Amino acid sequence: MTNCFAGHALTCFRGERFVFESLDFAVESGGALVLTGPNGSGKSSLIRIMATLLAAVDGYLSWNGEAAAEDPEGHHARLHYVAYQDAIKPVMTVRENLAFWAGLKGPGGRIEAALEAVGIGRLAETPAQFLSSGQRRRLSLARLVASEAELWLLDEPTVGLDRDAIRLLEGLVAAHRAGGGMAVLATHQPVDLGADETRLDLSAYAAKRQIFDEVEGAQ
Amino acid sequence: MTRIFRYLVMRDLRLALRQGTDVAMVISFFVITVTLFPLGVGPEPNVLARIAAGVVWVTALLAVMLSLERLFQADYEDGSVDLLLLTPAPLELVVLAKVTAHWLLTGFPLIVTAPVLAALMNMPSEGYPVLVATMTLATPTLSLIGAVGAALTLGARRGGVLISLLVLPLYIPVLIFAVAAVDAAITDLSTRPHLLILGAMLAAALPLAPWAAAAALRHSLR
Repeated sequence: MTNCFAGHALTCFRGERFVFESLDFAVESGGALVLTGPNGSGKSSLIRIMATLLAAVDGYLSWNGEAAAEDPEGHHARLHYVAYQDAIKPVMTVRENLAFWAGLKGPGGRIEAALEAVGIGRLAETPAQFLSSGQRRRLSLARLVASEAELWLLDEPTVGLDRDAIRLLEGLVAAHRAGGGMAVLATHQPVDLGADETRLDLSAYAAKRQIFDEVEGAQ
Repeated sequence: MTRIFRYLVMRDLRLALRQGTDVAMVISFFVITVTLFPLGVGPEPNVLARIAAGVVWVTALLAVMLSLERLFQADYEDGSVDLLLLTPAPLELVVLAKVTAHWLLTGFPLIVTAPVLAALMNMPSEGYPVLVATMTLATPTLSLIGAVGAALTLGARRGGVLISLLVLPLYIPVLIFAVAAVDAAITDLSTRPHLLILGAMLAAALPLAPWAAAAALRHSLR
């Protein structure tokens, strides 16, 4: 079965200004959406809106045509969100950190396999405070593998990764898509996701109105 | 649902025990501050006995206050709050789990320490069981109300001071009825009405506080 995750006429308003407006997107099973645009164009905000961590002032998200807001817990269960903050507790070991987040998603996480998949299997018993920043990023990415989720929302996943790790990420996303999953990436670096990724340039949706214009217009 | 709840409580307990400092800090603060009173007021046994219940309770409130800032702050700083919001469980349940862990790490040690400090303050022995009873009934209420304050001040600079301003006024009813119950026991009056009111406060805070704190958490990430 093919699922479809879409956003309709999304408008984002943050810090006293409109970031983007009337933005539509759609991703289907096996698809990938790459968000591009200059700093401040709203890539992270859009990803947070997709994860329902941020509310759009206008527009809505849908999953197979049904509004995602109808079933927030169902929406949370089917997504993985990886951002620049890695949610790693320094006093816990690498395995404990991963097992905690995987366990919250549901029992039966593949912890060892996930650590091997991102190349930090030999660090499983190391307290996370001794990880380098690249290793911390890899540990964040391991969450994607440790528990199943259909929709991956990746905000700047390549920051701090070396070339091998970027290739590894590309492989993870390709395998995920081949298995019927979908991925949304916000990135500045060129990432090769294989064939047919959709690109969405957020600068095309940059809001033309300012909040002050509207106030003057109302007067 | 219960699995996620237990999971979150165990994680917070494990984190706190690994770091260790937070629990020790709260109890040390409680002990040292109560110890200051005999030194400041003077060692007159009757005076100390008169103020014992009040001193122990006010200090317990302040000790709980002290620990509130860290309730959500660490998770907020490293991005864990985002992921906690995305768990396939109601956020109210996540908040309740964090409050439970907070109570086990602060409220419970305070209950255990309070009778020892009451002895130091020369409290009459009739007061001890009621002191422990009021502590047991009221410290969960303190953690619950405190969670609302901690969630509201998340991301604010100097959040600790702001929490005190928000939460201490809400702690006043708890303080009044808890101290009144202990005084009633010492003067041989009925403690039942005071304990019932403390129980009612807990019964009201248990559903309302997680709901309010969850709403505040969602808002703080906007």
